[in-house]
Amino acid sequence: MHEPLGVLDTVESVANRRVSAVEVTGECLRRIEAHDRTLSCFRETYPDRVVDAARRIDRLIASGEDPGPLAGVACAIKDNIVTDFGRTTCGSRFLADFRSPFSATAVRRLTAAGALIIGKTNCDEFAMGSSTEHCAFGCTRNPWDLDRVPGGSSGGSAAAVAAGLCPAALGSETGGSIRQPAALCGTVGVKPSYGRVSRFGLVAFGSSLDQIGPFAGCVRSTALLLRVIAGADARDSTSTPLEVPDYLAAIDEPIPDLRIGVPRQYLSDENHPAVNEAVRRAIEVFTGLGAEVLEIDLPLTAYGIATYYIIATAEASSNLARFDGVRYGRRASLAEGEGLYDLYARSRSEGFGAEVKRRIMLGTYVLSAGYYDAYYNRALKVRRLIKQELDAAFARCHALIGPTAPTPAFAIGEKADPLSMYLCDLYTINANIAGICGISIPAGFAQVDGRTLPVGLQIQCKAFDEATMFRVARMFEKSTDYHTKRPEMGKGG
Amino acid sequence: MTLDLDEIRHVARLARLRLSDQELELYRTQLSSILDHIAKIGELNVDGVEPMAHPSDLTNRLDDDVVEEALPRDVLLALAPEVEDSFLSVPKVLDGAES
Repeated sequence: MHEPLGVLDTVESVANRRVSAVEVTGECLRRIEAHDRTLSCFRETYPDRVVDAARRIDRLIASGEDPGPLAGVACAIKDNIVTDFGRTTCGSRFLADFRSPFSATAVRRLTAAGALIIGKTNCDEFAMGSSTEHCAFGCTRNPWDLDRVPGGSSGGSAAAVAAGLCPAALGSETGGSIRQPAALCGTVGVKPSYGRVSRFGLVAFGSSLDQIGPFAGCVRSTALLLRVIAGADARDSTSTPLEVPDYLAAIDEPIPDLRIGVPRQYLSDENHPAVNEAVRRAIEVFTGLGAEVLEIDLPLTAYGIATYYIIATAEASSNLARFDGVRYGRRASLAEGEGLYDLYARSRSEGFGAEVKRRIMLGTYVLSAGYYDAYYNRALKVRRLIKQELDAAFARCHALIGPTAPTPAFAIGEKADPLSMYLCDLYTINANIAGICGISIPAGFAQVDGRTLPVGLQIQCKAFDEATMFRVARMFEKSTDYHTKRPEMGKGG
Repeated sequence: MTLDLDEIRHVARLARLRLSDQELELYRTQLSSILDHIAKIGELNVDGVEPMAHPSDLTNRLDDDVVEEALPRDVLLALAPEVEDSFLSVPKVLDGAES
């Protein structure tokens, strides 16, 4: 069997009829069949549906019609993004049988561009987690080491792409849930600027932080995917009317007089040595390409987690109030004499897992009478300070680089204490707080307990400057070969 | 910061969660430790800083006032766990209210 094809190779090969969309899709289904029992990336797959869609693409091509920029690309969808076929569970018992009557805008745009929706991927329940362990239906495994987590919350999407089960996937981010699993699985993941991609059809967690973004095996593939899913949407009033640039047009042109900022706080001694080593090597790569590297001071980095876990849980406690056992999802049976309050409380308590309850509790607490000013309102002020600090940094440099996560993939069960799990998001969270864009790309490997684990490099740019972010990422990718390395099971066979 | 059990019970009630004694105790300990970390934002001077609820600088975007197709009622009702005729069904709320 061949090496799995990436997004761009698939588009090119299918368009030139070297291989049919039905064949490439069949190969993805075969790989899922062979490996997903071990990995648990997928909640469910749509073999009949996806092969039908592939046939349509092959017919369009045969009749000389334009099948779209993603024709023949099998794409997995994180299970908190709704599709009008199959189930959308959000990794929750509350929605174990939920079937959405409509599809998310991002999914509709993928389909219109010729992409083939192959299945729904595992995630932490309602995207709350950094390991995919908080999924009610079991944890996804990291394809580099099955005893380790893939990261999260979009762990199923990241692991599926890293293992070559499909060339592309969508995930979502509230505080690093695309970039961190991309880093831990050794693939590319993009968190677009807040407002770049419509959130219509993304089940809401923290509405002022959430964004949908793509995973793929290389920078150019994610750029193509983002171009397709981005843009204004009448169904999401926070989606920006700004034009979506053709990210691929100039992606191979280096940025002239590139200035790279390295935040001092990102190279902490508490990071795994291989993580800091990867960042130092990246600095050398950019210096070798003629970039000027500046040391940047971001003292508010350390306040990101505290700020985030107030704002995100406050928003989550409000958003998840919709799960009431009345309109959709789980409904508990009541004992004699119980009323509406009991219906809400019983349905929610039976349907939600421990992490979701914990965050609803925290969010409710920080919004409750007497604490609102000390926590929520104060966090919103710190949020502005964090944004101002990042704005000032971007006035001095085109991009900030640093680690995506402080360590490579950790062992399943290792971070049982919730706070220790939250601290994994230290370097990704401020991008969500400020609404800027970021990408994680493969940048090295760590040897841990005799296993080789991937390490990610994060590149962040100011809001709506994804074009620069992709070009900077591409400069690094062209000078290195980390993105070509795959875990054993991601190779052919 | 140490939360007491009564506070946790109050928050659980506000959040419409029915928690076992074991869960109440677990969240009491865990939330206390998370709040200790969160207290960190108290170190910063935020005098005169405008709260930022949202990263977007878009203001209210108005759509044209035109009638569009919406999802049909039967499709939405089909999602509900219990319906009566064309209504969502809930336990009796009057007399006793949301006790």
